[in-house]
Amino acid sequence: MNAEEYRERRIEVAGWPVNLASYRLGAEWHSTADNVSPGAGLARTTGATREEAEEKAVKRAEELLSRTKRHPV
Amino acid sequence: MANYAHPEVLVSTDWTASHAADANVRVVEVDVDTKAYDEGHVPGAIAWAWNTQLCDTVRRDILSKEQFEELMSSSGVSPETTLVIYGDNNNWFAAWALWQAKIYGHADVRLMNGGRKKWLAEGRELSTTVPTVERTRYRAKNADLSLRAFLPQVQQASAARSSSLVDVRSPQEYSGEILAPPGLPETCQRGGHIPGARSIPWGKACNDDGTFKSADDLRALYAGEGIDGSKPVIAYCRIGERSSHTWFVLKYLLGLDHVTNYDGSWTEWGNLVGANVEKGAAAGARG
Repeated sequence: MNAEEYRERRIEVAGWPVNLASYRLGAEWHSTADNVSPGAGLARTTGATREEAEEKAVKRAEELLSRTKRHPV
Repeated sequence: MANYAHPEVLVSTDWTASHAADANVRVVEVDVDTKAYDEGHVPGAIAWAWNTQLCDTVRRDILSKEQFEELMSSSGVSPETTLVIYGDNNNWFAAWALWQAKIYGHADVRLMNGGRKKWLAEGRELSTTVPTVERTRYRAKNADLSLRAFLPQVQQASAARSSSLVDVRSPQEYSGEILAPPGLPETCQRGGHIPGARSIPWGKACNDDGTFKSADDLRALYAGEGIDGSKPVIAYCRIGERSSHTWFVLKYLLGLDHVTNYDGSWTEWGNLVGANVEKGAAAGARG
C-alpha cells in the first residue's frame, strides 16, 4: 500500500491558517488538518472521495479553532 | 547532509527505505496523533505513544531510567541498535523521543528527515502490520541532565541573562494573545513569555516538505536572533516537545555545545505563582 495523490494546501478556517493535506490509501481517502504556525494536528478524517475527507477535516478543525480565545495583550 | 555539524543523526527517507529491515536497525514512529501509525507506517516500524510510553504517567516527568530500559527492552532495542525515529508534525515527538534516548545515553539514534509527511508525500510503501520484536535486556546509562533544563536554571537564566532563552512557540503564544496552539485546550493561567526570551518559532527550521533547512540557513536564522553559541541556550515551548525539535537543531545540526530543553516549558512557567511574564510581540514582529 502507498499513499497516492498526496496534496497539501493552505486555507483559512475560523480566522486561522490551516494546512490541509489529503491522499488516497487504497480505496479510501484520508485528510489531516493542522494549524500552520504551531503545527498542531487538529483533525484526521477519512472519506470515499478527497472532497468528503477534506470537508470532514475542515469541519472538525473549525469546531476546534472557533473555540480559541484571543486575549488582549 | 547540508553541512550539518553532526550529519550522522539524520537519515533520509531513501536510507530508511533501504535499511529499515536491517537486523541492527529499529525504526520507530512517534506521532502527536497516536492513531496515525495504525493508518499505515514505514514497513517494519513499531510505534511509541508519546502520552503513555514517553513520559511518566503519574508524576510529570520524562521516563525514569528503569522506564526507559523497559521501553527499549520491550521494543527489541539493544545498546548497539541504530534507532531511527520519525513522526508527524515534522518530527515533533520524534525529537522528544530522541532527546530522551540521548539523555539515557543511547549511542546511535537518528531522525528520519522530513518525518511521516515526507514518507507519505513521496508515495512510499506503507504497512499496517505491527511487527513482533524479540525482547532484549536493555541497560541504560545514568541520565545526562546536561541536556535538560529545570525551573531554577531557567529562573537564573532569565534573571541574570546568563543563557539565551529561545521561545519556539507561535508568535501569538509568545505575545500572550493565545494561551495554547489554536484549537488546543488552554493549559496555563497566564499568556506571554519568560522575561528575556527570544521568539524563534520551531517551524522556521523546516522546509515545506518537512525536512530541516540547510546549515547555512539555520545558522542565519538563529544568529539573527543572537543565538550563536556564545552563551548557553535554553529552548522551551508549551510542554517541551516543540522545543526538543529546536534543541535537536541547535545541538546536532548547528553543533552548539550548551543547549538544553526546558520541558517544564510554558505549562510550568505560565502557572507559577509569583513568576513574572512578559507580554507583547517580539521586537522584529512589532509594526
